[in-house]
Amino acid sequence: MSLHSAGWREVSRTAPMFAALGDETRLALVARLSSEGPLSITRLTAGSPVTRQAITKHLNVLATAGLVSDLRRGRERIWELEPKQMEAARAYLEHVSKRWDEALGRLKQFVEE
Amino acid sequence: MKLHNSTDRIEKEIVLRAPQSRVWRALANAEEFGAWFGMKLEGAFAPGGRVHGQITLPGHGQVTIDIAIERMDPESRMSYRWHPYAVESGVDYSNEPTTLVEFQLEEVAEGTRLRVVESGFDRIPPARRAEALRMNDEGWAEQLENIARHVAS
Repeated sequence: MSLHSAGWREVSRTAPMFAALGDETRLALVARLSSEGPLSITRLTAGSPVTRQAITKHLNVLATAGLVSDLRRGRERIWELEPKQMEAARAYLEHVSKRWDEALGRLKQFVEE
Repeated sequence: MKLHNSTDRIEKEIVLRAPQSRVWRALANAEEFGAWFGMKLEGAFAPGGRVHGQITLPGHGQVTIDIAIERMDPESRMSYRWHPYAVESGVDYSNEPTTLVEFQLEEVAEGTRLRVVESGFDRIPPARRAEALRMNDEGWAEQLENIARHVAS
């Protein structure tokens, strides 16, 4: 419906976000930004065995895929999630998952009758 | 329902109150598979073979299905590849990546445990996923109209 058409078409033009999530470090970064909200590069690097430079590189991959964005606050770069993109990825899997639930429900009826 | 923290795969498990041989037939026989899945399939399932058909569920329009069977181990495992949600009629999806669907059967006290895994979603182009969601939205609008008509009559 109207709510979706424009939004999802926008999604279709972005770089492949699923590929961007297929890396443990990047997935961990997304998980942290999801649970803790916007974080500075200093906070994201603290306690991590991965260098600040490497983290920045990963964040840039996520940004290209439209999953995160950054803004400057003083001399710091703050990173945050682009929720619309994440929702689209999740919604698709939920949608396919639901279709399987329906199909298996029909299979159950089919073999148990 | 199990939900995995992955964008690449979907995993399902269901216990069916039917013997393993019965469940196997519902999977391995293309006609039976189509009956519960909601597809009209032409041809028989065989390892390495392809079966074509049409989705017969309401709200899907003219959707062509192309199933490439990979393995069939009688009464225990079956797997195939297909294009998930190839939703637009008249569009050629043959060059796009496929997902792998795996069925696994196991005998349990109540009957048969069936495990389904569909994987490979990370390689599906974002445009396809977006289109699938848009189409599903229209499918839902149609369903709501049906319900509205039903309760109004």
